[in-house]
Amino acid sequence: MLYREAGNYKTTYAKDMALFPLPLTRWVAAALLVLFVAIVPTVLHEYYLSIFNLIFIAVVGALGLNILVGYTGQISIGHAAFMSVGAYTAANLAVKLDLPFWITLPAGGLMAAFVGAIVGIPSLRIKGTYLAIATLASQLIIEWIINHTPAISGGASASIQVPRPVVFGHELKSQLDLYFFTLFFAILALIATVNIVRSRLGRAFIAIRDQDIAAEIIGINIFRYKLIAFAISSFFAGVCGVLYTYYFGIANYEAYQIVVSIDYLAMVIIGGLGSVFGSVLGAIFVTALPIVIRLLVEAFGGFIWDTAALSAVAASMRLVIFGALIIFFLVVEPEGLARLWRNIRNYFRTWPFSY
Amino acid sequence: MKLAKTVWLGSALAAATIGLAAPAFAQDKEIVIGAQCDRTGPTQIVGTVLCPAYHDYMGLVNSRGGVEGYKIKVIEIDHEYKVPPAIEAHERFKKEGAVMTSAFGTPQLIALLKKFEEDKMPVTSPGIGSSAAADGKKYPYVFPIAATYWSQAGGAMKFVKDKLGGNLKGKKIAYIFFDNPAGRELIPLLEEIGKLEGFELRTFGVPSPGIEMAAQVLDITSRFKADFVVAHLFGRAPSVAIKEFKSKSYPLSKVIGLVWAGAEADIVAAGGFGIAEGYNTLQYAGVGSDFKVIKDIIAMHKAQGRTPGKEMESTVTYNRGVYQGAVHVAAIANAIKAKGGGKITGEDLRKGFESVTTLDPSLDGLAPPLKLSAEDHEGGGWVQVWSVKGGKFVKSSEWFQGYRDVVKKHVETENKK
Repeated sequence: MLYREAGNYKTTYAKDMALFPLPLTRWVAAALLVLFVAIVPTVLHEYYLSIFNLIFIAVVGALGLNILVGYTGQISIGHAAFMSVGAYTAANLAVKLDLPFWITLPAGGLMAAFVGAIVGIPSLRIKGTYLAIATLASQLIIEWIINHTPAISGGASASIQVPRPVVFGHELKSQLDLYFFTLFFAILALIATVNIVRSRLGRAFIAIRDQDIAAEIIGINIFRYKLIAFAISSFFAGVCGVLYTYYFGIANYEAYQIVVSIDYLAMVIIGGLGSVFGSVLGAIFVTALPIVIRLLVEAFGGFIWDTAALSAVAASMRLVIFGALIIFFLVVEPEGLARLWRNIRNYFRTWPFSY
Repeated sequence: MKLAKTVWLGSALAAATIGLAAPAFAQDKEIVIGAQCDRTGPTQIVGTVLCPAYHDYMGLVNSRGGVEGYKIKVIEIDHEYKVPPAIEAHERFKKEGAVMTSAFGTPQLIALLKKFEEDKMPVTSPGIGSSAAADGKKYPYVFPIAATYWSQAGGAMKFVKDKLGGNLKGKKIAYIFFDNPAGRELIPLLEEIGKLEGFELRTFGVPSPGIEMAAQVLDITSRFKADFVVAHLFGRAPSVAIKEFKSKSYPLSKVIGLVWAGAEADIVAAGGFGIAEGYNTLQYAGVGSDFKVIKDIIAMHKAQGRTPGKEMESTVTYNRGVYQGAVHVAAIANAIKAKGGGKITGEDLRKGFESVTTLDPSLDGLAPPLKLSAEDHEGGGWVQVWSVKGGKFVKSSEWFQGYRDVVKKHVETENKK
C-alpha cells in the first residue's frame, strides 16, 4: 500500500541521487514538515513543546553518535564529554566575548570536533571493548579538566550563565521560541547526516565498519577516515551541548556526566545502529517513553493509591516498565526500532494481498 | 497478521495517552506545589526518605484543615538525578498550575535557575546548590531556607575551634571532599577562615563515585597528621570514609561530617553505630523522633488507617523533609494573609517566603530559629552538631552560626563578580 516503487523509473542522474526518490516519501516529508512547523506548535500546550525540545536536542546528539558507532563501528562512551566541550566553549565565548549564538554554536561544535579527533587517535590501534575503555577514560579526563580549570569552568561551581539566544532582535525565551530554535538545528542535523552517510565519506565509514582490512585494501585511508568519523561525531555532540546550554541558559558539566553517555548509547542501540531514522526513534524512545509511562501510571494508579503513595510507586514503576520495554523491543527486533519500522513498512507494501 | 495487531495496539495506546494528558486546572482554594525528587537515582538514599516526609507533613497540614482554608496539593516528579527530566518536570508543574517548587540536586537546580526567574516561581533548595543564592537581591526566587555549604563550613569550623580549645593557631585541618562543584565550593571560604585563625588547611579530593579513598585517608592520618577532619561527602562516600578512618585508628570524634554525610543510613552502611562511636555530624534540622510534629504524623497515619512508613526510622533525613514542608507552609500562610484570599501567585509566595520568621509550633526543637528576609534567603545559616554516642545520635550543641561575617562577606564578593 505504502512505499510502492513500481512504475517509478529513474531516467536522469539527478533523479537517481534525489534525497527522496519516491513521490510518496516526498509528500510524507512535506507533510511532516508542515506538522512540526505549523500544527504542533499551535495546537500543543507549552509543556508538550518542552518535551519536543528535549527530543530535538537529543536527536542531534544521537545522530552524531550513530555516525561513529553505527556507521563507522567505533564504540564511544565519551559522547557526553564532547557535549560539555561544546557547551563550555560556547558559554565562554558568549559571556567573555559577548558573541551571538550563530558564532558560538559552530565554534562549540568545532572545538568538540578537535578534541574528539584527538580522542579518536587510539582507535587506529585498538578496537571494540578496548576502544570503549579508552573513550571512557576521555570522558573522565575531560570532566576532570573542566572541573579543575577555573578558566574554562568559570569558578568553583563550574557553571556559566549564558544569555538567551537572540534572533533578529527577538530573545528566544519561551518554550515556543526555543521549539523553533531546536527544531531548526534538528532538521539541519538530519539533512546533514542523511547526506553524509550516502556520500563517499559515508561509504568509507561503512566499509571500515564491515571489514577494516578490506577497506584498507580497496584504498581507504583508515586512519584519516576514523579520525574524520570521530571529528564529525564530536561536532554533532558539541552542537548538542551548545543547544543544551542555550536551552538551560547555563553551562554546567554535571549535566554531561557518564550516565548521559550511556543514555545516548542506549538511544542509538535501541533505535538501530547504522540508521538515521533509528537515531530519531531512539531519541524519542529514551526521552519521551519514561514521561509517557509516568503519565499512564499517574492516570491509572490514582484508582489504587493515594497521591503520596503514588509518587513512590510511579518513580519505581517507570524504571521497571521502561527497562522491560527495552528488553521487549530488543528481543522482538535486535536490530532496533528502525528495523521494526522497516518490517512494518514491508508488511504494508503488499497488504492486503500478501502471499 | 500478528504484526498488524501490534500496530493497532500501539496506536490505541498512543491515543489513550494523549487523551489522558488533558489539563487539570488548579482550583481557587488550592495551592499546587511541584516537588522534584530523586527516589531512583544516585541520591535515592536521601530521596526515598525526604520526599515521603514532605508528603506526610503536607498530609498533616491538610488533615488539620489546610492553610488559612486553602488545601495543599503536592505533585512530585522523580528525575533520577538527571537534568533533562528535571526540565520536563518544571514545565509539567507549570502546566498543572504549580506556584512554587522544591528542587532536588545541585545540577538540576542550576539548570533551572534561569527558568525560575523567568517564570517567577519561588524554589527552595535546603542544603544544596549554590551558596551564593543566599543573597535575595541577586537570586530573588531561590530560597536555600537552611544553612548553605558556606554556612556549613563556617559552622563546622566554629565547632572544630571549640573542640580544639578555642584556638586554631598552628593547627592542621584536613578537608576531605567529593571532587565536584558542590565539594569545591567550600574551599575558598575555608581558606579565608584559615587565614583569619592561622591554621594550616589541606584539601583532599575524592573522585566520583567516591567509594575509594584509602589513599586520601592514609594521607590525612599518617602523613599530614590532621588535628581535625571536615568531611563533605555524599551518597555512599560517607560510610566509606567512616570505615577508612576507623581502620586507620583515627578517632572519629575528630571528624565532622557536613549535612549530607550524617544520616542514620550512612552510619548503618559503615557498620553500625558501634563502629562510628564519636563521629560528629552537622545538621540543619533536629534529629530523633522526640518532637510533637512527628507524634502528630504518626497519629494522623493511625487515624487514617495506615501504618507509619519505614522511612520514619531515618530521622535525620525525615526531619529535614518535615522542616522543608513547614517552611513552605509558613510562606504560603504569609502569602495568603498578605493578599487576603484569592488566587495566590508565585510573586505573592516570594514575598511570603521573605517574611517567614515563625514556623508551625509543633516543630519546636526540630527547626532552627530561622528568619528569612528580602536580603537573606538562607535565614541565618543555623546549624546543630549531633554526635554518635552509645548507639545513637546525641545533641552536642544548640543552634549556632559559625563565622557569620566571613560567610556574609563571601556571598557579597561572589555576587559582585
